[in-house]
Amino acid sequence: MLQVNIKKELPGFTLDVQFSVENNIAVLFGPSGCGKTTTLRCIAGLIKPDAGEIINNGKILFSSELQTFIPANQRRVSYMFQEYALFPHLNVKKNIWYGVKSHNQIAEKLYKQLLELLQIEHLTERFTNKLSGGEKQRVALARALMAEPEILLLDEPLSALDEETRCQLQIELKRMQKLWNIPFILVTHDRNEAKALGDKVIYLA
Amino acid sequence: MTEWQPVILSIKVASMSLVLVSISGIVLAYWLRRKDFSAKPLVEALFIMPLVLPPVVTGFLLLLLIGKQGPVGRLLTDIFHTQIIFTPYAAVLAGAVVAFPLMYQSAKAAFQGVDTTLEDAARTLGASEWRVFWTVTIPLAWPGLVAGLVLSFSRALGEFGATIMVAGNIPGKTQTLPLAIYFAAESNDLTMAGFYVLIISVITFSAIYGLNTWARSHNGAWPDKGLF
Repeated sequence: MLQVNIKKELPGFTLDVQFSVENNIAVLFGPSGCGKTTTLRCIAGLIKPDAGEIINNGKILFSSELQTFIPANQRRVSYMFQEYALFPHLNVKKNIWYGVKSHNQIAEKLYKQLLELLQIEHLTERFTNKLSGGEKQRVALARALMAEPEILLLDEPLSALDEETRCQLQIELKRMQKLWNIPFILVTHDRNEAKALGDKVIYLA
Repeated sequence: MTEWQPVILSIKVASMSLVLVSISGIVLAYWLRRKDFSAKPLVEALFIMPLVLPPVVTGFLLLLLIGKQGPVGRLLTDIFHTQIIFTPYAAVLAGAVVAFPLMYQSAKAAFQGVDTTLEDAARTLGASEWRVFWTVTIPLAWPGLVAGLVLSFSRALGEFGATIMVAGNIPGKTQTLPLAIYFAAESNDLTMAGFYVLIISVITFSAIYGLNTWARSHNGAWPDKGLF
């Protein structure tokens, strides 16, 4: 279980959120500029909250009281960025392998499994500027899961896609979460998406 | 008889300048990239000074610094029992100082062009700062960095004013191409001067032309038009 209880001073207001997430999909829902992305960045370790704590399965990722701050690269928290943030100088295969610590048979098996599940076997040699929006999304998801995260954060994962691709990927995301059985925390400003995807919806105002 | 010595010396001097400039320019541009302190505009203005000062003024200031009575000159005498004034090393220093602003500016622009989200993505995938730098920042900034390297090399190769102030014009020892051109022309040896002019033009033109061709041929995310 992931427990989040953080405060962060932002221009104009103070972000103050408390929630906990089991091994399912939690949706952070609220209007633009309410601090959804900031919350994700705090969980990932890309920014430091002013106060509070973030605890994952008893492991303290951040605590203002204990002055603990685990840097992003040691948290095992994968982050799927809004524009996917695929590396433009690497092909799809190298993108997906970027977060792998040791190239062994287990990793090789996971890689094959991800390619198959996400139907991206035919894309591995392509550079990312030759991918469609839906393909980029799938590759970004594969890359995030390939790093064997304990938590997956997704910032507006479907907002850049057309209606049809969006419905398809909603189903895919749910399926991937069931298979991986780790908390997925997803940010959206779309009410229908929040309802369709979230096992739990957290309102940020 | 054609004297190749200035050509070889110039290439050596410019290459050594390039090594100094590339390391210092890239490290400083990267380090100052996300730093924000009140003296930053002052520091950056000082970095750019060698570009806008007449080279002879830069040379004069260097002379004060590394001359026998200058602070650096004394330090070299006391600690290493040596001097660099009027040696090829002074020419290297002069070339590096005048080329530094070009490298710093190019590196700064190149790093600013790197999407910080990509670096964050690498961090969340478990990459250390060192790995982020070498596998994301440098490759994405590479075209701009290469442009800076080519400009710096060409600038160091052509340095005259600062070089003559600190390295002098000692044929066979500190006489670089631009000095050789000037003194050949002055002694009315236009064949020799013309020959050196041709060589230095060919070297710098090839470097810029080669860079443009390379940038154009490179596919992927890199610019498909020339850099200059």
